Amino acid sequence: MSPRPGFVLEVDRSTPATLIWHGEGFRLERLPVGSRIIYGPEPLPPLADPDQAIRDALDNPLGDSQPLRTLLFPGMRLTIAFDDISLPLPPMRAPDVRQRVIEAVLDLAADAGVDDVVLIAALALHRRMTDPELRHALGDRVFEAFAPHGLLMQHDAEDPSNLVDLGVTDHGEDVEINRRAAESDLLIYVNINLSAMDGGHKSVATGLASYKSIKHHHNVRTMLNSRSFMDRHHSELHSSNWRMGRFIAESGVKLFQIETTLNTDTFPKELAFLQKREWEWSLKDRASFLATSTVLGRTPGGLSRKIFHSVYAPHDLTSVQAGAVEPVHEATLVNLYRQQLVEVSGQTDVLTMGLPYIGPYNVNSTMNPILVACLGLGYFFNLYKGKPLVREGGVVIISHPTPWEFNPVHHPSYIDFFEQVLAETRDMFEIEAKFEESFATDPWYVHLYRTSYAYHGVHPMYMWYWCSHALAHLGRVIIVGGDRAAVRRLGFSPASTFEDALELAEDVVGRDPTITHLRVPPLLMAEVT
Amino acid sequence: MKALKFERNVPRFAAARVASAIVGSGKGVRVGPLELVELDPIEIPGPSWVRLRPRLAGICGSDLATLDGRSSRYFEHIVSFPFIPGHEVVGDVEGGALDGRRAVIEPVLGCEARAIEPPCPACAVGRKGSCERIAFGHLRPGLQTGYCRDTGGGWSTGLVAHESQLHAVPDDFSDEAAVMVEPAACAIHAALASEIAGGERVIVLGAGTLGLCVIAALRALCLPGALVAVAKHASQRKLARDLGADQVVKPGEHKRAARRLSGSLALESDGGDIERLTGGVDLVVDCVGSSDSLQQSLEVVHPGGRIVLVGMPGVVKVDLAPLWQREIELRGAYAYGSEDRPDGPRSTFQLAMDLVRDARLERLVSARYPLERYEEAVAHAAAAGRRGAVKIVFDMRKAGSGPGGPGSGAGRPNAADTTKEAK
Repeated sequence: MSPRPGFVLEVDRSTPATLIWHGEGFRLERLPVGSRIIYGPEPLPPLADPDQAIRDALDNPLGDSQPLRTLLFPGMRLTIAFDDISLPLPPMRAPDVRQRVIEAVLDLAADAGVDDVVLIAALALHRRMTDPELRHALGDRVFEAFAPHGLLMQHDAEDPSNLVDLGVTDHGEDVEINRRAAESDLLIYVNINLSAMDGGHKSVATGLASYKSIKHHHNVRTMLNSRSFMDRHHSELHSSNWRMGRFIAESGVKLFQIETTLNTDTFPKELAFLQKREWEWSLKDRASFLATSTVLGRTPGGLSRKIFHSVYAPHDLTSVQAGAVEPVHEATLVNLYRQQLVEVSGQTDVLTMGLPYIGPYNVNSTMNPILVACLGLGYFFNLYKGKPLVREGGVVIISHPTPWEFNPVHHPSYIDFFEQVLAETRDMFEIEAKFEESFATDPWYVHLYRTSYAYHGVHPMYMWYWCSHALAHLGRVIIVGGDRAAVRRLGFSPASTFEDALELAEDVVGRDPTITHLRVPPLLMAEVT
Repeated sequence: MKALKFERNVPRFAAARVASAIVGSGKGVRVGPLELVELDPIEIPGPSWVRLRPRLAGICGSDLATLDGRSSRYFEHIVSFPFIPGHEVVGDVEGGALDGRRAVIEPVLGCEARAIEPPCPACAVGRKGSCERIAFGHLRPGLQTGYCRDTGGGWSTGLVAHESQLHAVPDDFSDEAAVMVEPAACAIHAALASEIAGGERVIVLGAGTLGLCVIAALRALCLPGALVAVAKHASQRKLARDLGADQVVKPGEHKRAARRLSGSLALESDGGDIERLTGGVDLVVDCVGSSDSLQQSLEVVHPGGRIVLVGMPGVVKVDLAPLWQREIELRGAYAYGSEDRPDGPRSTFQLAMDLVRDARLERLVSARYPLERYEEAVAHAAAAGRRGAVKIVFDMRKAGSGPGGPGSGAGRPNAADTTKEAK
């Protein structure tokens, strides 16, 4: 039976309660009659033979690229960059798709007699990956072959000796990327395209770039002009990356792009109810829900975090395409939309969403309040093509505990941003003008980014900028069940229950508003007409 | 006359200490050695002494330490019992050159007030706060009015003052503004004693009356490159910002604020928490004076930096290893007298009057109580921060007879008193 497409359910009296994520927990909530719930398509069937599909893609590239095997030759410098820990979400069970692709590439390189090969985790300004995380992404064979010999590197956006300034685009954007990548005879970038934002020219222009370069597209102006940043043809974030990517190619960097899409099989069997439609829950699903909820309710926060972060997704490969960046990415988007796109008719007054325990920047870490805002108003709000799901002046209601809690190893500058900057101002432009430079160049943040496992000093600001489109668009943001002080620090309204939140929302949008619930995860993208 | 008298009564002193330790600051006054009494007027000690009828008299942190039984034994030989507390005083002068005028009292009982000739080296150059004769002369020991048996104090309806102690209050000053002159003078002396070079980065620990006045003084008289206030309560944070702090943080956030301000590196625990800074700010002004605040000061000042201790400490336990290894300068700043200014020496009190006017410090007076309600007044003062208040004063005026000022009516808190604390 082929998977069913996504759809929009209208809640009536017979509709069972809806599962709503709440950080490291979830609950069932009855939405008002007449509300809409957006469900994503069911997981697409996996490729029957993913390894063969990868080999086929490498041999049959898209665009004007030659088959990979013909681009490899003895004595060449080959660099393979790959997406970091922020993808996929949750991390996928072994073998990770990066492992499959890189093993296939390395087989071809070995056949061609290439012996100068370096792997680079394309961190951009993200934290370094730990050895276990790298081993999981690459597999034992690749990790053991490269890591002990110093050939498995992590991009360091603050290492001037390993950055090269390629020049400036016709829009005045500095293009500075990883020297090894730029000076290789061939750069191969291995993507996991979990969302429509990922991949394309953004892979190299962001993943392997320096702050000097990244700041041209990660700023308030581009964010306000990205509607949405999940729709690259209407995203200034992507336009800037595309200019840079083309400039990189014109500078002589030879790139072979590999992009992959996964299905939305997000949770293992024991948690399968999390991705099923509630009225189709079996007795076993109900029992699993009850048992999981009960256990989580009695488990201390730290332990439940550990439990959730040990969950690996059974994601399967649904497509792989390789070759020239732009045709590859267009094909990727077709495959991605095939899995994620849901048609939604009309906007809503109130958009509700339950945020799960994980986002791109807290894998094996804490989802601090900035990341809550970013996941809700940056990522989830922007999961649209066409028009935002919620109308201008509308309300977003987020369910998440939003603890005033930070991981000081991963997010040191987040603490200072939250405590010191947001206490003074939430204004995006003021923050950008007054604080960004000092956070970006702070020697301690730089030290921790380079030598520990810290996100770059400027990263919390980017996460705040990520919210700018939503904040400019919305009349109010309400967080249900959050730490009230933390919620207020973000500038949002706290509410104890969904009912309270809806009452608060009515102050902004009027009585009897239209309500739409975004049932994510599993990931979907709404095409709003 | 009515007065709140503080007796040397060891059992009551001990009871106050225990009660304040168990129940909290200000709660020991009921069992302590302070009591409301009727007394004969205080005798004039000698020539150039006049009577002062207090209008308002503030309750200061050092008063609370005394009432709580927490003050250092260091003071035993420089006070004389029984005494009437109250050294932040505005009142009406009876006699002398200022007869019939309002005046504030500069409470230090130095050589001139004690008729000591020649004056000690400190008094000779106007540094009255450093007087070496505060236990000598024709007065009994007492470092200030309010701690000397022979002068009385502000928590009464009458005291005596040497004419050299009195500063006429400008007609446009409310009593509330005038009662803030003494704490403002302390703050000015501390700010100037800090010897801030332009552009230095400064942290002020504590945002009670003294801390807030220090912030205002630093902003008015010095040129700090950045001024960070550490304030516990929401109302204090707002006032600190209003009075000139560039940034206001909560206790516990001071290390991260100092680190970011100075661009210092940091040494961390295994969990990533900052244990200490390798650098830090140029100057810390400690307006708390506790073991914790001194330790915090040492944590955030850079090697070779300075700590100025303004809040009155008692016996404290502090690890001085960083003071030694980082060659940090620790100095006190007490009272007032004469300050060296670019245009010559100026009386600290005169500078303080300018500061009170310019920074509108009368707004720090949060509530007034009659002497009869001293237990409530002291409890309110001890809980001022968390109740959204700053300066609590005794009001010896008849209701409505004063020249005006914020609020009205004794014992009635200002609106700020209702400020809710928010994290």
